[in-house]
Amino acid sequence: MSTFLQQLINGISLGAIYSLIALGYTMVYGVLKLINFAHGDVYMVGAFMGFYLANGLGARGAQALGMNPDGIVGRGLLSGGTLEPSLITALVVMLLAMAICAAIGVIIERLAYRPVRKYSRLTALITAIGVSLLLENGGQVVFGAEPKFFPELFHKRNIDLVSGASINSADIAVLIIALGLMVALQLIVYRTKTGRAMRAVSFNLQSAKLMGINTDRIIAFTFALGSALAAAAGVLVAIRIPRIDPLMGIIVGLKAFVAAVLGGIGNIPGAMLGGLLIGITETMVVGYLSPTYKDAVAFAILILILLSDLPDYSVRSLRRKSKDDQECPGICAISS
Amino acid sequence: MKRFLLSLILIGSLLIAFACTNQGGGGDKVRIGVFMSTTGTTANFGISSVNGIKLAADEVNAAGGINGKQVELLVEDDRSDASEAATIVTKFVTQDQVHAVIGEVASSRSIAAAPIAQNAKIPMLTPSSTNPEVTKKGDFIFRSCFIDPVQGAAIAQFAAKSLGAKTAAIMVDRKNDYSTGLEKVIDQTFTRMGGKIVATQSYQEGDQDFNAQLTSLKGFNPEVIFVPGYYNDVGLIAKQARDKGITVPLIGGDGWDSVQLYKIGGSALNGSYFTNHYSPYDTDPKVQKFVNDYKSRYGAVPDALAATAYDAANIMFDAIKRSKSLSGPDIRDALAATKDFPGVTGTVTFNQQRDAVKPIVMIEIKDGGLYAVRERVNVEGAALPQTSSNTAPGAPPAPPVKAPNP
Amino acid sequence: MPRYLRNLIIALLILAVLVGLDFVFQGRLINPYYTRILMLCGISITLAVSLNLINGFTGQFSIGHAGFMAVGAYSSAYFSVNYGLNLANSLGGGKLGWIIALALATVVGAVAAGIAGLAVGIPSLRLRGDYLAIVTLGFGQIIVVFLNNIEAIGGARGYSGIPIVKSFFWIFLVAILTIVVVYNIVNSAFGRALISIREDELAAEAMGVNTTRYKVMAFVISSAMAGAGGVLLAHFDGYLNPKSFEFIKSFEILIMIILGGLGSIVGSVIGAIVLTILPEGLRGFAEYRMVIYSLLLIILMITRPQGLLGSTDAFKGLRKRMRRLTEGPSGTASSPTQSETSVGGETPR
Repeated sequence: MSTFLQQLINGISLGAIYSLIALGYTMVYGVLKLINFAHGDVYMVGAFMGFYLANGLGARGAQALGMNPDGIVGRGLLSGGTLEPSLITALVVMLLAMAICAAIGVIIERLAYRPVRKYSRLTALITAIGVSLLLENGGQVVFGAEPKFFPELFHKRNIDLVSGASINSADIAVLIIALGLMVALQLIVYRTKTGRAMRAVSFNLQSAKLMGINTDRIIAFTFALGSALAAAAGVLVAIRIPRIDPLMGIIVGLKAFVAAVLGGIGNIPGAMLGGLLIGITETMVVGYLSPTYKDAVAFAILILILLSDLPDYSVRSLRRKSKDDQECPGICAISS
Repeated sequence: MKRFLLSLILIGSLLIAFACTNQGGGGDKVRIGVFMSTTGTTANFGISSVNGIKLAADEVNAAGGINGKQVELLVEDDRSDASEAATIVTKFVTQDQVHAVIGEVASSRSIAAAPIAQNAKIPMLTPSSTNPEVTKKGDFIFRSCFIDPVQGAAIAQFAAKSLGAKTAAIMVDRKNDYSTGLEKVIDQTFTRMGGKIVATQSYQEGDQDFNAQLTSLKGFNPEVIFVPGYYNDVGLIAKQARDKGITVPLIGGDGWDSVQLYKIGGSALNGSYFTNHYSPYDTDPKVQKFVNDYKSRYGAVPDALAATAYDAANIMFDAIKRSKSLSGPDIRDALAATKDFPGVTGTVTFNQQRDAVKPIVMIEIKDGGLYAVRERVNVEGAALPQTSSNTAPGAPPAPPVKAPNP
Repeated sequence: MPRYLRNLIIALLILAVLVGLDFVFQGRLINPYYTRILMLCGISITLAVSLNLINGFTGQFSIGHAGFMAVGAYSSAYFSVNYGLNLANSLGGGKLGWIIALALATVVGAVAAGIAGLAVGIPSLRLRGDYLAIVTLGFGQIIVVFLNNIEAIGGARGYSGIPIVKSFFWIFLVAILTIVVVYNIVNSAFGRALISIREDELAAEAMGVNTTRYKVMAFVISSAMAGAGGVLLAHFDGYLNPKSFEFIKSFEILIMIILGGLGSIVGSVIGAIVLTILPEGLRGFAEYRMVIYSLLLIILMITRPQGLLGSTDAFKGLRKRMRRLTEGPSGTASSPTQSETSVGGETPR
């Protein structure tokens, strides 16, 4: 029983990470009808931003930027002695990383996705693949291909629970922060004017434009939000598992996308649940069946969902959409 | 039509540029092709190896070269891709007209490239590929390190005899041929010595989360856990194992050796062991000189891969020196005749299978990341029984492993 | 001259040329390094053209091509190692024996890949564009996971000991056959049905085209040819590793056909050649190679999404219709040159 409980805890921790990333996917898809392949890589960039914030750019890096190598830029927030390892430090690093990645997300959207918005979705998808590859390989060149060790942002403790299972304070922190972010997202999307605008754009871009909504700005905002969440996930993951490398976003990103689909693409609470479900299922499969098929689990789930004739994903579904809904030109090859 | 012509021009200019950048051959130097993966998850291994080889080459050149000729290294990165490795070696033996090839670290890449060197009758020496298959590719392929069956046997024997463990678990990297190869031998040897493998869990190279597997292993209460993987993952595994309350020692192979290991795993690794080619704390003056030279040049303590690569390069240079000429077959013969070559990783002699016969070191990790030499194991690497077919290593009975020499 | 006779003569001519070239390249007249690159081009052509059939002509965005390559590669390798060698030897060990063994191996690989294509295609092709992409990606990954775990073909250690055959004739024979097959399909009623599916699946169905059946057929044929490419790969270096068939490989082939232009056979050939030679030429910048690729892809999508050759229209009438359609709902009529309007969803609509 204790093993089961432990595996459950493991699964939930893992799932929380998937949820955070899935939220970004779901939002961007809802608004742009684009599967942002590069999203998983933003998560990776977030982790690295957290790393450099904590450890600094190093003497050479600081000098390259024309700054004092012994200052914060060179030695970082943590190792430079500016901040002590603590929960607050972790939050600070995370929030800063989120801000940086939000900016990066907006830049990517502006430079790579907006120019192809007028083209078909296939083109946009390929562009997304391109951005993803760019981030991964660029990351290998800029950050270095080998994995880095993420510093300890706060001291972790093991807390023993009932019947032999134990939970790590890092896991607790991850869960609470992830939950907090998701709640915040819900508030933004459902309780603010911008959120309402986001929902309008995801319903029908043209009509939203007609209603006077600055769709470009809303789309940029959506990207910023999604990227910030991915960055948060990156830092949180690095707190739990301190090894980061430029290719860490690929598989995680794909699984998070599956989570988004599972929850219903465009559905925010669904993405959260989807992430948790995938995390738990994966952990259970690894713990009780065989770890070798771990990566296949998420895809198997995906295939099952998509094949279960759920209305939204099949080609036939588009017949039922309204005529004005010009959301799927091009490769979908179905006009309504 | 216009586009078509445009495309043709594009291809044409590419071909020209390509032909121009690939001038090779000529010159009065000893040309050695070096192919390694200096990018990717095991970039560390490739980089260390290249560093070791470069150090050796520069030393030789500073001392006047080989028989008066300077050594020229051609170093290429195969990006951890087997086909790439094959292409690079093809280029080496044709375009660049190298006299010999050194590479690779990973057995899969060595296996892919070996037939090409063999066909071209250019000797190839791998400093650290441990899959027995590699040297089977032909009589021009050599290896200057121990092979998996030998290493795996040493690991299992250490656990069974020196640590007295009766039960053990294994955490194997299914995606990694090195790890799966070792796992098989460890399993067989340990069982043969009276131990019992109570649980086997697997992961994949690059995984970050081992909690599920470790939780499962813990339930079986093994006395030791074998982790024959790469340093990347081992560091994390150790950390997470300790977090889960697993206190038994972990034992692994030379894939553990990297400065990154302790950085990632930290004190979780204290009291764990791994087999290695050498220890930088060996008091042998030869070793210390190498360590100091490497440190002053590269700013880091050399890991085992740097050491084996350094030795491999020197073995090659020594063979070329003894060789009757610079032709492939002559160098090959000189290589095969290498006997008791004094390397920093031990004395090297090539056996019939062109594998190196040399001792294995069992390292114990102490607090602070210090490596203490716990044991030295002399292994008779010669005359290992033929493994069945081309793929899985089958069931080689472990070679007689002598009792550890103090 | 009757058509079949003309085709027969062309076929014989091509065969003769291939045999001649094979002779030239087998002897060490030409630098084996260049020969190797050339042969890799041939393999890439096979892979690219086969992918174009499903992505470019049928408009179904599949990015699991590497999975079918893997199925073809491993199945033919298994055959060659366990049966092919014996077969060749029992037939005298001479050239004829080898030709038969190889031909059989290719058939085995192609058929296995085709079956895999059937298994993947039937459930997946009902799905819409982006989801099809993800599902095919997923299937590709699943195939790799399975390969890593099957001991009989080496698992993660890789499969070595495959007889090495570096035959210019064989590789380019397969490549040319692929091109011929795709060309013939595209210019037939079958092809017209595929293109109609690409253009407007609903309308096609309304016209009585059984879209699912045609999509699956195209998918199976495409996978079978990918499998043939895989067979070539397997015997090229005599060693296979599941790592070589991950989705990065699928992306590489995808980039080839995008560069060349979806829906253009000649474009795929050119894309394949360029993207096989380019890495060699860029060897000095090996680190930056993938960075350059990805930038290339992005810039290509932004500036010229239809690739180098756009898409060679099989039917002139379609061009006019495309031009009308390029004035899309957003009101932007930003099609490049009129004669090269791209079919297949890359141009603004």
